[in-house]
Amino acid sequence: MQKKISKIPFKGTPEQEAQLKAVIAECKDDKSRLMHVMQKAQDIYGYLPYEVQVMIAEGMDVPLEKVYGVSTFYAQFALSPKGKYNVSVCLGTACYVKGSQDVLERICSELGINEGECSADGKFSIEACRCIGACGLAPVFTVNGEVYGKVTPDDVPGILAKYKNAED
Amino acid sequence: MSLDNVCGCSAAEEIIPLNKTNFYKKQRRVALRNCGVIDPENIDEYIAVDGYRALAKSLTELTPQDVIKIVSDSGLRGRGGGGFPTGRKWSFTAANQADQKYVVCNADEGDPGAFMDRSVLEGDPHCIVEAMAICGYATGASEGYVYVRAEYPIAVKRLEKAIEDAKAYGLLGDNIFGTDFCFNLHVRLGAGAFVCGEETALMTSIEGNRGEPRPRPPYPAVSGLFAKPTTENNVETFANIPQIVLNGPEFFNTIGTETSKGTKVFALGGKITNTGLVEIPMGTTLREIVEDIGGGIPNGRKFKAAQTGGPSGGCIPEAHLDTPMDYDSLLKIGAMVGSGGLIIMDDTSCMVDIAKFFLKFTVDESCGKCTPCRVGTRRLLEILEKITDGKGTMEDLDTMEALCYYIKDNSLCGLGQTAPNPVLSSYRHFKEEYIAHVRDKKCPAGVCKNLVQITIDPDKCKGCSLCSRKCPVGAISGEIKKPFVIDQSKCIKCGVCIDTCKFGAISRK
Repeated sequence: MQKKISKIPFKGTPEQEAQLKAVIAECKDDKSRLMHVMQKAQDIYGYLPYEVQVMIAEGMDVPLEKVYGVSTFYAQFALSPKGKYNVSVCLGTACYVKGSQDVLERICSELGINEGECSADGKFSIEACRCIGACGLAPVFTVNGEVYGKVTPDDVPGILAKYKNAED
Repeated sequence: MSLDNVCGCSAAEEIIPLNKTNFYKKQRRVALRNCGVIDPENIDEYIAVDGYRALAKSLTELTPQDVIKIVSDSGLRGRGGGGFPTGRKWSFTAANQADQKYVVCNADEGDPGAFMDRSVLEGDPHCIVEAMAICGYATGASEGYVYVRAEYPIAVKRLEKAIEDAKAYGLLGDNIFGTDFCFNLHVRLGAGAFVCGEETALMTSIEGNRGEPRPRPPYPAVSGLFAKPTTENNVETFANIPQIVLNGPEFFNTIGTETSKGTKVFALGGKITNTGLVEIPMGTTLREIVEDIGGGIPNGRKFKAAQTGGPSGGCIPEAHLDTPMDYDSLLKIGAMVGSGGLIIMDDTSCMVDIAKFFLKFTVDESCGKCTPCRVGTRRLLEILEKITDGKGTMEDLDTMEALCYYIKDNSLCGLGQTAPNPVLSSYRHFKEEYIAHVRDKKCPAGVCKNLVQITIDPDKCKGCSLCSRKCPVGAISGEIKKPFVIDQSKCIKCGVCIDTCKFGAISRK
């Protein structure tokens, strides 16, 4: 999968940097924990911009191209920031057979953005995800980890309204 | 889900025991025996149901060779898809001398539609800890890794707690049960790459690299994780181990068929009344699963096919409903047990579209290391897209088949070698559907958008204009109280009008 690389300027805080440095200090003697460090970095920053990858490469003493190689290989690592509310639609087989493609299309049209994109106000992003193992509830989508099961395209506007109207 | 679906009885009837209900009657729970029964976060509850007794028995009464013999005699075969005899796998690692050996548990359950590994890790994590320690003793390994998908946060949390608790009780760590045996367990998280379910790719990933598979030989039993002898098994395989060691091989090898022993968990999903995990003795027929346990197809529709083994597997048509579900019978009809995903499809599913769906998945997930898989699957997908767009020719079908065999024969790892299976098996069993797409430019199930037309039946249309107001592209026009018509050049086949019409006058053909 081609990943979208963000052109948004990096806005890291010193607190975030201190958190990342602490994780690196704990893991730097075991190079096999590179993915663990990257996962933690993504928890801290929300995505893995170039500046963060450089910090990881220097801290773990591995080449930057290795960090970049790992970050582009695995679907979980994001090179673009996600929206405040990340809508993730399961396209696993059980969900697909039960019409999750229609649900995804409805979410895209409701939010006016495509899969893999983030809305201009930074509020919503949409991704199609792999099976989350809730096949008994198919079709399923999640909003920031909150699971909505057995949904129909017509349920979509009501569910999204909750987040659209939420206080910032 | 209503109570009717769960119990097979209506609420007004008397309440019947769980094991008499249609859903559970034919099931036999070995791997899932504790799931939903004990508190997974409480080690004492696991110990109360014979937990860690198999480990104690192994360490204090049995030699490593005894343990391997018990596992071999039980006839247990790998539950992750390969079906390789587990005892033999262990004996290979045991036979290799090294300063360090590893045990790896593959919990990267990537097959979309399968969730038995998640269920075991969330419902009975100690059983995996115990089984891996037994494997470590049998093969001479002192370190173990569990590689879990990051998509399963609860499983990760409970597994980590189980490891902590086991350590605190002295069931992991140094000198377990006062013996010389030491064993430590680590959890590593995946990051969303299907190929990491392949054993060599998984080990590469644990080492902190891009999860690309390695050519074999050398096999992991010789040079696996960190280039040391390694035994890798799937979660469900491990989940059977404590019961086998505790109760002896006969407990297990008296269940199942001649070549497939024990039980297998299937994740029943799709167009079926009762969905969920189903653990049945090997050899139970697909018909029993669909009709008795699954409660049949909902909404009065007709069974069309079952897809087993996810993107690596194949489909089973109605004619083979009486096939016993075991490794060899399924291979014979071009399907496979795989990791146990079992998706039921009714007559509203298009087999060409499903094949295309799986291929899109493998194209996305191909790691790109070898050309037959990286380029071949993409070319195969293009042919399928051409067919579902109504531009396919009969020659394309021949090219498609030849390309499938080429990819199977030449790919480096299991992902590529099995990627064409959904195409090959659907082509084998539903050839007429492919031909309908190519020759007649029709999709019999009405799924492929470029091959269907949505039309209004003038005899049924009352001219209420509701559909024309709902149509997002303004393709429907007409006069009130006279039949409306759809402008096919504008129609995007979204189907909103079909859902809107109160008179059932609009249909997809």
